[in-house]
Amino acid sequence: MDEIKDRLLKPSKATKQDQRGRMISYLSIGLIAILVISILYFIATRGLSMFFNDGIKVSDFLFKTDWNPGKKLVGALPMIVTSFGVTLLAALIATPFAIAVALFMTEFAPKRGARFLQVVIELLVGIPSVIYGLIGLAVVVPAMRIMYGGTGFGILAGAVVLFVMVLPTITSLTVDALKAVPSHYRQASLALGATRWQTIYKVILRAATPGILTAVVFGMARAFGEALAVQMVIGNAAMLPHNLVSPSATLTSQLTMGIGNTIMGTLPNNALWSLALLLLIMALVFNILVKLIARKGRIK
Amino acid sequence: MNAKRNDHLATGIIYALVGIVVIILFGLIGYILVSGVPHLSWHFLTSPSKSFAAGGGIRDQLFNSVYLLVLTLLISFPLALGAGIYLSEYAPDNWLTSLMRTAIEVLSSLPSVVVGLFAYLVFVIQFQIGFSILAGAIALTFFNLPLLTRNIETSLSSVPNLQREAGIALGLSSWKTITGIILPAAVPGILTGVILSAGRVFGEAAALIYTAGQSAPALNYANWNIFDTNSFLNPFRPAETLAVHIWKVNAEGIVPDIDVVSNGTAAVLIIVILAFNLSARYVGNRLYRRLTSSK
Repeated sequence: MDEIKDRLLKPSKATKQDQRGRMISYLSIGLIAILVISILYFIATRGLSMFFNDGIKVSDFLFKTDWNPGKKLVGALPMIVTSFGVTLLAALIATPFAIAVALFMTEFAPKRGARFLQVVIELLVGIPSVIYGLIGLAVVVPAMRIMYGGTGFGILAGAVVLFVMVLPTITSLTVDALKAVPSHYRQASLALGATRWQTIYKVILRAATPGILTAVVFGMARAFGEALAVQMVIGNAAMLPHNLVSPSATLTSQLTMGIGNTIMGTLPNNALWSLALLLLIMALVFNILVKLIARKGRIK
Repeated sequence: MNAKRNDHLATGIIYALVGIVVIILFGLIGYILVSGVPHLSWHFLTSPSKSFAAGGGIRDQLFNSVYLLVLTLLISFPLALGAGIYLSEYAPDNWLTSLMRTAIEVLSSLPSVVVGLFAYLVFVIQFQIGFSILAGAIALTFFNLPLLTRNIETSLSSVPNLQREAGIALGLSSWKTITGIILPAAVPGILTGVILSAGRVFGEAAALIYTAGQSAPALNYANWNIFDTNSFLNPFRPAETLAVHIWKVNAEGIVPDIDVVSNGTAAVLIIVILAFNLSARYVGNRLYRRLTSSK
């Protein structure tokens, strides 16, 4: 009898297996959480050490324009301006294209056209960033040189390369936003006698605005953090850009160029970690922005 | 008739913009293939690279890329699977879960340079692994995890709830239900996601520059002892991948035949990635059809 009682009171094999499996899945998600926290922690401590240990003022870092960490000049404004410049410009060029492609996929040719463009977009996502940089170097930069003179390196070349890179991100998210517009909106508008364009412009795009804005912000986040493709075409001169075709440097390009040439713990190295921290903060800001847009869109 | 004219005009503009995007894509791929494929040869693929002289190949870079990809998937797939199962099957609807989701979103939106630098800081410097394949694979895991996790989660949650209920009704434990019923049903989606993420990992360079390093020391492909410094399997040796090679050759500009090397490498890279993308589509469709007996 005791044997049977024992068997009934003890957890069965399946229960144990279930517990073990549950454990494994908890463990993996926990690991990801720890990873995110430690990324934030490590980059933050490294990035802040310049302000605490080397006595640099935050305002000097953000608003001064001279970047020469060897001489204690760590004004990051040129990189900040250039990063925002390429990002905004790329988003500005990419958005109309993305909206057009998304509209085409959802409103004009939902079947075969959409399937074909889906492949196009997925291929564009798949192309590695160095290849974009390589083409930028081989095609875009010379084209800029011929059109605008100078070296051809600069914000404009960076923006052109980034435009193609963020296009698929913005497009696929815009498609999702357009698909989420209920189809009775379209039917109602068309029943009122509106043309297709009137329906799109006055109803669908308005209804999808929060979604499209989210798409653009995601695209900008990608553009802001892109390193190698931009680094190859931006010219890498850490000075305030005086026009769109003068060599400059973004936060990411300065980081990739510099981190290998500086010694851990010195001011030039710490300054670069501060740039990394700035990139991290911007990524968080883009995230929060997306959340805010989503919240605002929901209330409507 | 103004509305009608506007409609035609807008339609025309949209078609034109779509046309431009398609042209850009084919221009990109066409350019890389046309300028790169003529440089490809057996010699190019099978000889080691040269730092200062012309005529170098990409043998080691090609192998490093593949090796790094395999290691990355070995580390990141089980983790992503566990996390995906948690999010789709176990996660209660509370603040902790939404915090986890936010953490994953944050991780996926971090620039790859930042992720790479974190891996550099912790593994290359703090743990003193040095520039190595292992550090590179860890960095790529960080970069790959959020996307793969989300992909697995959506694949799992798109399995209809009826299947779960059927499993529970048969008296299976929830773990058995997940591994025996839900997971097989989600395999096509998961596999497509894995292949696509493989393409992404294969082409990534920014996270690798300071983790796997930018040098490709001479390798001995007959040495199977993974602890030897010149063994091709040693995970603690620095390893330059194809993507990093393209970047380095262009950034340094010392190799005399820079066009040949970088265009040839780019062609190899793009061919591999196209293969990944197209096979993901094919394998996913086929498996789906096979497993669900739908036509």
